[in-house]
Amino acid sequence: MAKPRPILIMDEKTLHRCLVRIAHEILERNKGAKNLAIIGIKTRGAYLAERIAKIINSIENVKVPVGLMDINLYRDDVQTKLEQPIIQKTEIMFDVKDKIIILVDDVLFTGRTIRAALDQIIDFGRPKSIQLAVLVDRGHRELPIRADYIGKNIPTSKHELVKVKIKEKDSEDSVSIVKERRDLR
Amino acid sequence: MELKSKNLLGLEGMKKEQIELILDTTETFKEILMRPIRKVPTLRGVTIVNLFYEPSTRTRISFELAEKRLSAELVNFSANTSSVQKGETLKDTVKNIEAMKIDIVVVRHPSPGAPHFIANCVDSSVINAGDGAHEHPTQALLDLFTLREKYKRLKGLKVAIVGDILHSRVARSNIWGLTTMGADVCVCGPSTLMPYEIEKMGVRVYSDLDKALDGRDVVMVLRIQLERQRSGLLPSLREYTNTFGITKERLKRLNKGFTIMHPGPLNRGVEITPEVADGPYSVILDQVTNGVATRMAILYLLSGGEKKLE
Repeated sequence: MAKPRPILIMDEKTLHRCLVRIAHEILERNKGAKNLAIIGIKTRGAYLAERIAKIINSIENVKVPVGLMDINLYRDDVQTKLEQPIIQKTEIMFDVKDKIIILVDDVLFTGRTIRAALDQIIDFGRPKSIQLAVLVDRGHRELPIRADYIGKNIPTSKHELVKVKIKEKDSEDSVSIVKERRDLR
Repeated sequence: MELKSKNLLGLEGMKKEQIELILDTTETFKEILMRPIRKVPTLRGVTIVNLFYEPSTRTRISFELAEKRLSAELVNFSANTSSVQKGETLKDTVKNIEAMKIDIVVVRHPSPGAPHFIANCVDSSVINAGDGAHEHPTQALLDLFTLREKYKRLKGLKVAIVGDILHSRVARSNIWGLTTMGADVCVCGPSTLMPYEIEKMGVRVYSDLDKALDGRDVVMVLRIQLERQRSGLLPSLREYTNTFGITKERLKRLNKGFTIMHPGPLNRGVEITPEVADGPYSVILDQVTNGVATRMAILYLLSGGEKKLE
């Protein structure tokens, strides 16, 4: 079978514009950067979180604290997955109490990752509120979860794979769709 | 990298990558212990039995805390308040406990090989929490973690293990673990307490403590197991202390930035002076702290779904 060709949805420029818009939306909705903190979900959400913080800093000249989070220990399929995921460090160096937390991930899909992240944040303390920012919303939610800030809505079929590449990790910025998700039954 | 194993029975034969995976995972779990809520829901619904046929403070509490912090359910068993007193065999005991649906058995037993025997009788994962004088893998892993945390490496580290090597499962597991990770290990103790052919495990043997300590980075002091000393292997404790006790004076032979370790419980004034045990170079309590994180990592890695698909 021929290897399916990825369809490019976002290039470096579009991706950057999306993040700039999200940063502005965050500031608009929260009336500035006061009391904000950003938490990125590892791996790619963490890089996006740092970029959004940088953009906010360039707009408002305020340094927003950034935390990184590995949600694997809060997954609901730890005991049924074939391979035990390698756990990375969670680094939240600020008190989440009474903060407005902007949770950042690359792709919003079933919503299960976000559920795990919400549980983990609440174990760190009681934030004032948690808002969700994602680069791509591809639909197919299995839980009642929605994003507050969305880079792009991409309607997909369940068998497609949305591939997000981030410079810091994949040496380019792009979002593309690949047919055939082999890991889904 | 996967642990690719259902059980943790010993460090003998364990690969470097597997040990590294456990140590890396431990690092993550250590961070959880610093959080306001020191608990994650990872092992919800997993049932663990702690089967202790020998007394234990540290290992038992450490396992219990590790299990609780991963949200597992646990059952404790001690031999002296159970039907073992009525003559029930180890196999029957374990089979009966497993019939009540458990997932992991943590076992401490005076007979070497008991965990291996149990592993053959049951489908659950088995973790060796010390079997006779054979192995105590979780202790060695937490020791490796403590050293790696301090020195950022294990390769080339010069380690002396001092004391009753003959009865020490801690020594055996540490020798396997340390040599696999590329450390340089020597052992030192009275010849009556030195196992036959221990050199074959890849260590040098000294009977002179001063020579053994020369140019070493780490000293692992072993406990003189008073409960196993009745057979006249030592002339007297005082003589042992004079010849092999770790005193402040003797530390001068060690390399700069040296470390003193002890698996506990301490016999203060026998194998180690209180001054050394409480010195700034002593990591004895760090070992205990790291024990919980190490055991959480092991429980996590062993409880993947893979074994259920076999």
